[in-house]
Amino acid sequence: MAKRTIVPFGPQHPVLPEPIHLDLVLEDETVVEAIPSIGYIHRGLEKLCEIKDFEQMVYVVERICGICSFGHGWGACASMEGALGIKIPERAEYLRTILHELGRVHSHLLWLGLMADAFGFESLFYHCWRIRETVLDLFEKNTGGRVVFSICKPGGMRKDISNENLQEMVKVLNGLKADIKEVTDTFIQDASVKNRMTGVGVLTKEEAMELCAVGPTVRGSGVRQDIRLTGDHGVYKELGFEPCVEEAGDCMARTVVRIREVFQSIELIEKAVEMIPDGPVDMKVPKKVEGEFAIRLEQPRGEAFYYAKGQGTKFLKRMRVRTPTNINIPALVKMLGGADLADVPVLVLTIDPCISCTER
Amino acid sequence: MSAAYVTKSPWVVHYDGSSCNGCDIEVLACLTPGYDVERFGIINCGNPKHADVFLVTGSVNEQNKGIVKQIYEQMPEPKVVVAVGICACSGGIFKDCYNVMGGVDQVIPVDAYVPGCAARPEAIIDAVVKGLGVLQAKRDAMVNKVEAPAEEAEDAKAIEAAEDAVTEEKKAVAVPPIFTMAEIKVNTMDFLKK
Repeated sequence: MAKRTIVPFGPQHPVLPEPIHLDLVLEDETVVEAIPSIGYIHRGLEKLCEIKDFEQMVYVVERICGICSFGHGWGACASMEGALGIKIPERAEYLRTILHELGRVHSHLLWLGLMADAFGFESLFYHCWRIRETVLDLFEKNTGGRVVFSICKPGGMRKDISNENLQEMVKVLNGLKADIKEVTDTFIQDASVKNRMTGVGVLTKEEAMELCAVGPTVRGSGVRQDIRLTGDHGVYKELGFEPCVEEAGDCMARTVVRIREVFQSIELIEKAVEMIPDGPVDMKVPKKVEGEFAIRLEQPRGEAFYYAKGQGTKFLKRMRVRTPTNINIPALVKMLGGADLADVPVLVLTIDPCISCTER
Repeated sequence: MSAAYVTKSPWVVHYDGSSCNGCDIEVLACLTPGYDVERFGIINCGNPKHADVFLVTGSVNEQNKGIVKQIYEQMPEPKVVVAVGICACSGGIFKDCYNVMGGVDQVIPVDAYVPGCAARPEAIIDAVVKGLGVLQAKRDAMVNKVEAPAEEAEDAKAIEAAEDAVTEEKKAVAVPPIFTMAEIKVNTMDFLKK
């Protein structure tokens, strides 16, 4: 047996925008075991939610993560609306769905770029981020923020987005399709990209289900699992949503799932803009929260869970969030076992890690 | 940007303290075609030993303060630290959290602060350019020190005096103490009781 060595990976590492630490146990160049350790960016956000009142709290929850911030704001608002026992206007539900899907486009483009950077294809990274800037411009025009929007509030939306702006959003996104296709075709067809991703980090269907993987990680392994199918948030039922599933279970399959989801999200936005009803986007909410409510949301990275419990005042007794990366770490550790050391950056990025979400 | 500052290509190293990711993706957005700071020769490098400018996002806590310090110490002189985002400046929205010690300046000296949540790319670029001015001044000070060894004693005295002044200043603004682990436990317990 070859001599074992332990190589530390992170928390500061060129491919990691965020700190996670892995102890990689190596035999020659092969990873035998990976031991993750987290805790570098734990802030104690759930505790902070208890000393902010429930309307201020949305600003805090949005800052769980700057990439899927709209989803977090939505999850928090939806859980509190459930606890308050109110149903928000339909137009607000449509607007939330549209912005959430736009967030997915931006998140997946960001991830594709980081992935390209992880296997050393820098110009592809730059092209993905160039396209992403256009999406961010749409966000800035319609919500006022590039990363953190604060447009959700308990009871609906802080402001309406006019139908003309929505039409323009669809027009811009449709114009981007050709650009996105050119870039994503490189991922699928380029020989050097294929060499780095096809057959790397295979997660079988059984393993994915056993390890409770979520989001594109589990859909890349051939499991038809998507919280949007349940229809308990947004208007996905009305839009006729069907998840993207790939069978292979390797890095390439997970990438293809995300690429297909980018186009799917654009289509969903287009459909939602056609169907959106006119009407108010906001309603009056009671000042005191009683009761409890839990909701699940499909974030770009997978299933996220939000739980709110009131105590009859404007302060919540408990706010609980469970995020997708946390759930995907066992799957990551499984994939790392037996991998080449050179593949570690690609494998770490393949679950789309968001450490800020994980640790809150 | 003055021509004097672009004679060298400053390389940056980026570390995420405990930010929400918002500022980190804005730092990366600066480097990519939308804002493209590479036209000024600014490159994001993963190795602190190659870097001139240290971009820190997010506040510091018990777990990562050692890492922030370590990265800072590994960077060669002269070096500049830019605190990106309000969390790195003061703790921001997370100031009241039990695991947040405050701004990055609790652990390492900071040369430029970028407020904002999340900090806008324009602001980050502006801060890095300001930081380059500081970098140039620090470089000049080093060169002068080497060229004029006779004045070294005086320089040393001047530097000492300046450092004293800084310490005095710090005392004056009453920087909150850095807690020990035991104290944090007590504080956390108090906090939880509340």
